[in-house]
Amino acid sequence: MSIFINSASKVIVQGMTGSEGTKHTRRMLASGTKVVGGVTPGKGGQVVDIDGTSLPVFNTVAEAIAATGANVSVVFVPPKFAKAAVIDAIDAAMPLVVVITEGIPVHDSAYFYAYSLQKGKTQIIGPNCPGLISPDQSNVGIIPSDITKRGPIGLVSKSGTLTYQMMYELRDIGFSTAVGIGGDPVIGTTHIDCLRAFQDDPETEAIVMIGEIGGDAEERAAAFIAEYVRKPVVGYVAGFTAPEGKTMGHAGAIVSGSSGTAQAKKDALEAAGVKVGQTPSETAQLMRGLLGR
Amino acid sequence: MDLYEYQARDLFEKHTVPVLQGAVATTAEEARSAAAKMGGKVVVKAQVKVGGRGKAGGVKLAIDADDTFEKAGAILGMDIKGHTVHKVMIAQAAPIASEYYVSILLDRSNRTFLVMASVAGGMDIEEVAHTAPEKLAKVPVSAVEGISLAKAKEIVAQAQFPADVADQVADVLVKLWETFQSEDATLVEVNPLVKTEDGRVVALDGKVTLDENADFRQPDHEALVDHDTANALEAAAKEKGLNYVKLDNGQVGIIGNGAGLVMSTLDVVAYAGEKFGGMRPANFLDIGGGASAQVMADGLSIILGDPDVKSVFVNVFGGITACDAVANGIVQALELLGAKATKPIVVRLDGNNVLEGRAILNAANHPLVEQAETMDGAASRAAELAAK
Repeated sequence: MSIFINSASKVIVQGMTGSEGTKHTRRMLASGTKVVGGVTPGKGGQVVDIDGTSLPVFNTVAEAIAATGANVSVVFVPPKFAKAAVIDAIDAAMPLVVVITEGIPVHDSAYFYAYSLQKGKTQIIGPNCPGLISPDQSNVGIIPSDITKRGPIGLVSKSGTLTYQMMYELRDIGFSTAVGIGGDPVIGTTHIDCLRAFQDDPETEAIVMIGEIGGDAEERAAAFIAEYVRKPVVGYVAGFTAPEGKTMGHAGAIVSGSSGTAQAKKDALEAAGVKVGQTPSETAQLMRGLLGR
Repeated sequence: MDLYEYQARDLFEKHTVPVLQGAVATTAEEARSAAAKMGGKVVVKAQVKVGGRGKAGGVKLAIDADDTFEKAGAILGMDIKGHTVHKVMIAQAAPIASEYYVSILLDRSNRTFLVMASVAGGMDIEEVAHTAPEKLAKVPVSAVEGISLAKAKEIVAQAQFPADVADQVADVLVKLWETFQSEDATLVEVNPLVKTEDGRVVALDGKVTLDENADFRQPDHEALVDHDTANALEAAAKEKGLNYVKLDNGQVGIIGNGAGLVMSTLDVVAYAGEKFGGMRPANFLDIGGGASAQVMADGLSIILGDPDVKSVFVNVFGGITACDAVANGIVQALELLGAKATKPIVVRLDGNNVLEGRAILNAANHPLVEQAETMDGAASRAAELAAK
């Protein structure tokens, strides 16, 4: 088992005919993902050949679902067109939409998130995220598939490269699913959604949760862990040295006044019984200790 | 991007939110002529992006144009909590009967927009929220629905605005929503929103934060950027398209790929630096996933141009761009920089093709470059070199 995606997931790529879309479609195919087609408005009817796999292009997500039975969409559309692309997917009742695009205006992401709640059929992951991977099963997004293997750890993180770092450090143990939820102020899937899914997933034995400054998602996640999660959790929080009022790379990574600090997040996690590492490596060691490996 | 009060006022005016006359001045003379044009009493207000300017003496009433010259002269150049006053706003004075508060903001916790409104305006709203939460109405606003007149009336009723201003405040809320949405703002705040003695509702002071991700569809926002107060290194980095933040009191220059990894690198350096007399990171610099030679050279040249930097820590995880490509990038970057590379550089590579990457750096054998196998070890070594 795994969470959100597995070997049966059928994936379409919105923006497949763009350079990023093509590049990552190739990588997803190479790592065994069942990519079944792409969507680019105005290019419907074309067929794209990627390393010997012929992929049909559709004008809309609804057409793509009707023709291929896709149940996951991954969005590589530039910021300007991302809102329309996600709304197209929501209108087609696509169950899972993974938005990789960085730099989407927050009014657009707040809109498509609110719209997805109204329609009630679509889970969004991201935006501004690396996607998610269930090693040896499916890889939706841009996470390198060759840095780890399948195993018992579940991982949820706001950051892409910290996800990779942690997957690599624990590659001898492996992962059920690693989810990059993204570093924007408004995201569709939170730490809590992933923690719940990992708790309910029989393959996952322990969980790594990586957070960073900004907002209060980690504090909320800590409260959720105390209440619901029975599997061992280790945590890491980035941004202790970030100054107040400065955006640190991710649009959502900002300490505002006294809120959103790394210390507050670490304290909340520890109060919920989560062991929090001071560095990524120390966090990986904590996980080894918990699993006895 | 946070705006100055006068810029917020101008945006409000553009969207027909009622405001008083206002003008911005950078000299006492300009202030005088602005006051003369308005006629009557004016308020001279320091333009700084920090609260508490009134208490610091940055807001003064002037009785006429000459008095405006005096007051503006005193305020310009003042230091308010570390911010030098370069501009003043000359605003028409109005006799105030009541002060209220309204704002629309992005509520991250609930992933929606939020209106806050209170009849207890004029003071710190966080204070009101803390001491008298019943006086602050908080109403979620869906990004899909927005604020219609009916919704605005609901908010006004919930905040218990008096009947004589209810319709005007509702109208202000609708126009503020229009401002918030069409300008891609993440905050519009009016504090105070006032009722004048002749019964008009007017936005007297405003705060606006704009979303820089929306710059592609907000061409007018470029003119609002405050180039004067930007840090020179930050400005140079922005020109090169680099994601760079200068940090105070640091000695170790940082380059990494990915925002989370770079934030983590800063922390690990500060942690390791405790053992070396308190060495700290000097900057945040994320060169992104690609980490090409040119980007690496641009990043290194910004960091080496920072006089605070004593050593550099390059921390890269090779994912899609494998470590050998990154190592080649570093070697080429150092060739591009030539004699401009003057400070010791500690490189930590990990991830795909790490052995090939390390071999490339070893073969290049650059006198300034040394490698460390782990992030923690590299941080410690960079801090040690900075302390020398």
